[in-house]
Amino acid sequence: MIQARIRQHYAPSPESAAFTLDLQFETAAGVTVLFGPSGAGKTLTLDVMAGFAQPAEGRISVAGHVWFDAAQQIHLPPRDRHCGYVFQNYALFPHRTLRQNLEFAAERLPRLERHRRVNDMIEAFRLTDLAGRMPHELSGGQKQRASIARALLAAPVLLLLDEPAQGLDPALRQDLYFLLRQVRAEFATPIMLVTHDLDECFELGDQMLVLDRGRLLQQGTPRQVIDQPSSLDVAELLALYNLLPVEIRTLDPSRKESMVRFGDFDLHGPYFPGRLRGDRVTLYIRPELLTATPRDGKPAANQVPVTLERAVERARTVRLEFSEGLAAVCDPRTYERHKHNKEWVVEFPASYLRVL
Amino acid sequence: MQLDWFPLWLSLRVALVATVLATFAGLAIAYLLANREFRGKEALDAAITLPLVLPPTVLGYYLLILLGRESTLGRMYEWVFGSPLVFTATAATVAATLHIAPLLVKSARAALESVDHTYERAARTLGADEWRVFHSVTLPLAGRPILAAVALAFARALGDFGVTLMVAGNIPGRTQTVALAIYDAVESGRGETARQLVIAVSLMALVILWVANRLSPSTRRVTG
Repeated sequence: MIQARIRQHYAPSPESAAFTLDLQFETAAGVTVLFGPSGAGKTLTLDVMAGFAQPAEGRISVAGHVWFDAAQQIHLPPRDRHCGYVFQNYALFPHRTLRQNLEFAAERLPRLERHRRVNDMIEAFRLTDLAGRMPHELSGGQKQRASIARALLAAPVLLLLDEPAQGLDPALRQDLYFLLRQVRAEFATPIMLVTHDLDECFELGDQMLVLDRGRLLQQGTPRQVIDQPSSLDVAELLALYNLLPVEIRTLDPSRKESMVRFGDFDLHGPYFPGRLRGDRVTLYIRPELLTATPRDGKPAANQVPVTLERAVERARTVRLEFSEGLAAVCDPRTYERHKHNKEWVVEFPASYLRVL
Repeated sequence: MQLDWFPLWLSLRVALVATVLATFAGLAIAYLLANREFRGKEALDAAITLPLVLPPTVLGYYLLILLGRESTLGRMYEWVFGSPLVFTATAATVAATLHIAPLLVKSARAALESVDHTYERAARTLGADEWRVFHSVTLPLAGRPILAAVALAFARALGDFGVTLMVAGNIPGRTQTVALAIYDAVESGRGETARQLVIAVSLMALVILWVANRLSPSTRRVTG
């Protein structure tokens, strides 16, 4: 169990603007992903957990041990926290071989166990043939495996990873995800991982913390977060949705229906609990859920006529960007057939409409 | 005439001891300056740099006042060892140490500060205490520029003239170092002695420079 309450204000400096880190979270075993844009305070949060930075207020406890408590003036130094940290640049000591890097971490184990433990880790992380090499003789993926092995060697109570997939090509990323899932299964060490890649949250995250400008915006499973962003801020950060300003026209709880006004069009939607008629809200819906077809006669119910402004071809799909700030996704064959068509209609599936 | 090699041996001995002393003291001070925040930190840095910019005779003058037979330190030394400090080989060593210390502090501080702090942080998360972080991570990573500075400091100690003359004098067979001996030989018209000492010192300086350049990270050597 990891409980943290952190508050620290950073005065502006020549290199950076003023920044306040102010968040509170509780998370258990498994992988907790810190998600957010650059400058959200994700790495700073890791540094606070590791003990490199001392907040002005708050309390951090991990597995029943208090690491930091401003009120009681407790601040354990990094070496007493037993916290593995995998740095963005891996931080393998450049003047030591891979094996010596692992041995460095083994020194707090009992003398008789050290050698066996180092060998076990070298084998578990498929580093046997590389053990005698210097870090500069290793590839990015190998360095990363070595760095994770070193961090896990002394059985830490928490493993921190700062943007582990940064700079890895797609194949190595898959290796890394596979490795981290193995670590999660075999080492029972809770993991906190920083990323700004949403797919990574889904690949690895049991819990997801959405951070922005030093604040925690939402916590939940990745699925919960993208199905129900808690605020417009989160929805904008995830960058997954069409976000449309609408006004609620009717609400009918008995038939579980509603009607919203979007521009000059009325759209049927589900009942929105806790909302009132006349509320101006933001409708969010993922582009994949909209059906775009070339315009043919008068738009039917829940269809909005739009003009195609741009099409972005991707490996498997085509993203169609329309007037009114709407985006939809269609398959490449459909797009190929209608690529010269400018006038389209977009259909909103009534049951998938959500508002913020 | 048999050449008197004593000045050369004395200079080597003085320079060696001074380099060892200044390296240890310089590393300790550089570590403080690079890692700790305290009041008067920049003042300390300035005070240590001063010998680097003062004329050697001025530094020598200060040392005479500080260590002379009338000074507190001088009297303490005399009380402990039974003989005065000034105008001895030991005084020459002290002079050389203070003369080269700033060079070592400056280079070592820059070298220690240039080490990527993530390595030190990684070492701490792996359970290393500050001493272990220093001697098995920071120092090895900062090692080459520090060793280069040590080599240059040794050369500088070897060639000191002014400070040594002021506090140790120019006593042949006792405090006459190689730089003083060359001056003396030229003054008294012993050209052959001067020439041989000059060649010996120049060769040594060349070797030291070569070592320092090989250690210095700014030297780009093409390998393959």
